[in-house]
Amino acid sequence: MNVQPTLNAAPGPELLMRVKDLKVHFPIKRGILKRTVGHVRAVDGISLDIRAGETLSIVGESGCGKTTLGQALVRVLEPTNGSIDYFGKDQTGTDIAHLGETELRPYRSDIRMIFQDPFASLNARRRVIDIIGESMRNFGVRDERELESQVAALLRKVGLRPEYMNRFPYAFSGGERQRIGIARALAVHPRLVVADECVSALDVSIQAQTLNLMQDLQEEFALTYVFISHDLSVVEYISDRVAVMYAGRVVELSDTEQLFAAPRHPYTAALLAAVPRPDPRSARAKRPARLKGEVADPANRPTGCAFHPRCPYATDRCEAEDPQLRSVGSSLVACHHAEELMLKGVTVDAA
Amino acid sequence: MSDKPLLSIRDLQVQFALREGTIRAVDGVDLDAHSGKTLCIVGESGSGKSMLARSLLQIVASPGRVTGGEILFTRPGQPTVDIARLDPTGKPIRAVRGRDIAMIFQEPMNSLSPIHSVGDQLVEKILLHHRIGKAAAIDRAVNALDKVGIPNPRQRLNSYPFELSGGMRQRVMIAMALACEPALLIADEPTTALDVTTQANILDLIADLQRELGMGVVFITHDLGVVAEIADEVAVVYLGRVVERGPVEEIFYNPQHPYTLALLSSIPKLGARRARGQRLRAIEGMVPHPLNRPKGCPFNTRCAEARAGLCDQVDPRNLELAPGHFAACHMRDPAIVGDAVGVSA
Repeated sequence: MNVQPTLNAAPGPELLMRVKDLKVHFPIKRGILKRTVGHVRAVDGISLDIRAGETLSIVGESGCGKTTLGQALVRVLEPTNGSIDYFGKDQTGTDIAHLGETELRPYRSDIRMIFQDPFASLNARRRVIDIIGESMRNFGVRDERELESQVAALLRKVGLRPEYMNRFPYAFSGGERQRIGIARALAVHPRLVVADECVSALDVSIQAQTLNLMQDLQEEFALTYVFISHDLSVVEYISDRVAVMYAGRVVELSDTEQLFAAPRHPYTAALLAAVPRPDPRSARAKRPARLKGEVADPANRPTGCAFHPRCPYATDRCEAEDPQLRSVGSSLVACHHAEELMLKGVTVDAA
Repeated sequence: MSDKPLLSIRDLQVQFALREGTIRAVDGVDLDAHSGKTLCIVGESGSGKSMLARSLLQIVASPGRVTGGEILFTRPGQPTVDIARLDPTGKPIRAVRGRDIAMIFQEPMNSLSPIHSVGDQLVEKILLHHRIGKAAAIDRAVNALDKVGIPNPRQRLNSYPFELSGGMRQRVMIAMALACEPALLIADEPTTALDVTTQANILDLIADLQRELGMGVVFITHDLGVVAEIADEVAVVYLGRVVERGPVEEIFYNPQHPYTLALLSSIPKLGARRARGQRLRAIEGMVPHPLNRPKGCPFNTRCAEARAGLCDQVDPRNLELAPGHFAACHMRDPAIVGDAVGVSA
């Protein structure tokens, strides 16, 4: 069992959630008898702290388990193993990892989610007032007039006209729908919002509006975001800390500036090098080394470090021994060679 | 490279006649694509960039069709054809499609047949365009897969698309597109559905093959980062019109049209960490519905510089601000704003 170090040992006042050795495994079933022949280890031993008021981003390629992690945090999924200690307003930690539906109810309003696809995540047959108001009704608003005024206030907050509350989702554009999704998440005054690729499906101009809105709302309601994304430019813009995931584990966790200026894990450096930058001169100056091969299969994890088949710095040790997440400088890194490697980040003068 | 462009588009119109009215998806576009060069077409969703790409092969879905303008395609040593005038279902256009001009699409899973092996699909295409035997076609297919960096190409011929990863599928699409050595490759958001690491590999692959085969590339994307990496020329489209076009350095370092400026400042730039409290400059509003296009300049409803009574009334003309650098904006027109508010804004 890999118990991993965390940045702050004692649960300070700023700690909102502590995830310890979290595992989410999905069984693979084969044959007529549906025997379990293996497991997809989507999340395979993640420990991290979420601090109140911060934006923690989770990045990685598709298939690295970032969405599964997010779903486990909001308890859409029940983790196979590990604990999720949530520190409520009274500062006592509760492990919500294995609670049942009724026991979870008090926490449902505190931890909310914004989804990726603004078209799939809104029920096409319900009016906006019902979409946003449902959770309000569930959490105690009984008076319909009161509900209406609260929904109206919320719509105004996210930049939509309150008159539109009786419309159906088809009447809105992608960016407006995402605003409805945000309003729905905020309807019951959450403390933690998990945003799963919430701007990936939007055009750049709409993406900028949405990011600005999320920042404003964070300030106004003292929200904590877990921002799941594959777009590193957006992540750098919005986050305070970044966790890089590979094959179900965190391989690097660090402050945003540190991570982008001086990555410690070869995978982080390779990800940064692959991002196309809107600057033709620097983009053409030199072609960085590209990452070869495919993402590690979470059902069939490579031995040792999961990244070693693609890593340009891999040695025999990487193939044999599984690196644990450990502190190197101010970062947490899971790499045997983190101290020796001089990896290149993105330079600040790029734009 | 000859001076004559491989593809010369003039005043192209693509319209959809709907019951609610006529949608002008492409509205008077002028563009040139050259051999060995990459032309990037950028725009938001709904700007008509995909329709523009599809019209180049006359594969616009009904009820849309090319209603005007010309698409002059000149392959070295062969007479010029006007693709806009060819019958979309006729023989001449089918000889061009796939052989002279190839196209790759965004989602490789939807563009490949799920019930045929990769080899069958490749061989079918090669046999369609070349009078060679089946064994020779298979060799050519193996060759094409090898060229796009697929390991064990001969075994892979028997694979089905679901057995391949997204990046591998896109490689198969590229192999298929390049199997007949086209003069022009049209790539419609080929890397949008892929991870950044895979995207980087695919972009490198297209650039290498382009250098090797000397083909022209028309690359449609919404990602300005990708544009900066691969483009020689850039065309920015908005509501079916090219609002600005020019060499890539001009567009990124000396953008003129307010829409281009707004686009460039609305993206978070990697490495340029925000100062606390600094915000992205978003473009207000959204792209208008194509059924009710604004009068005058298409961007006037969201433009910070728009002048009432001018921009919302009169279509701006296409100005050549520097050699090869065109923009359609009244506020850059010396005849309107005078020379004082110059070209070098």
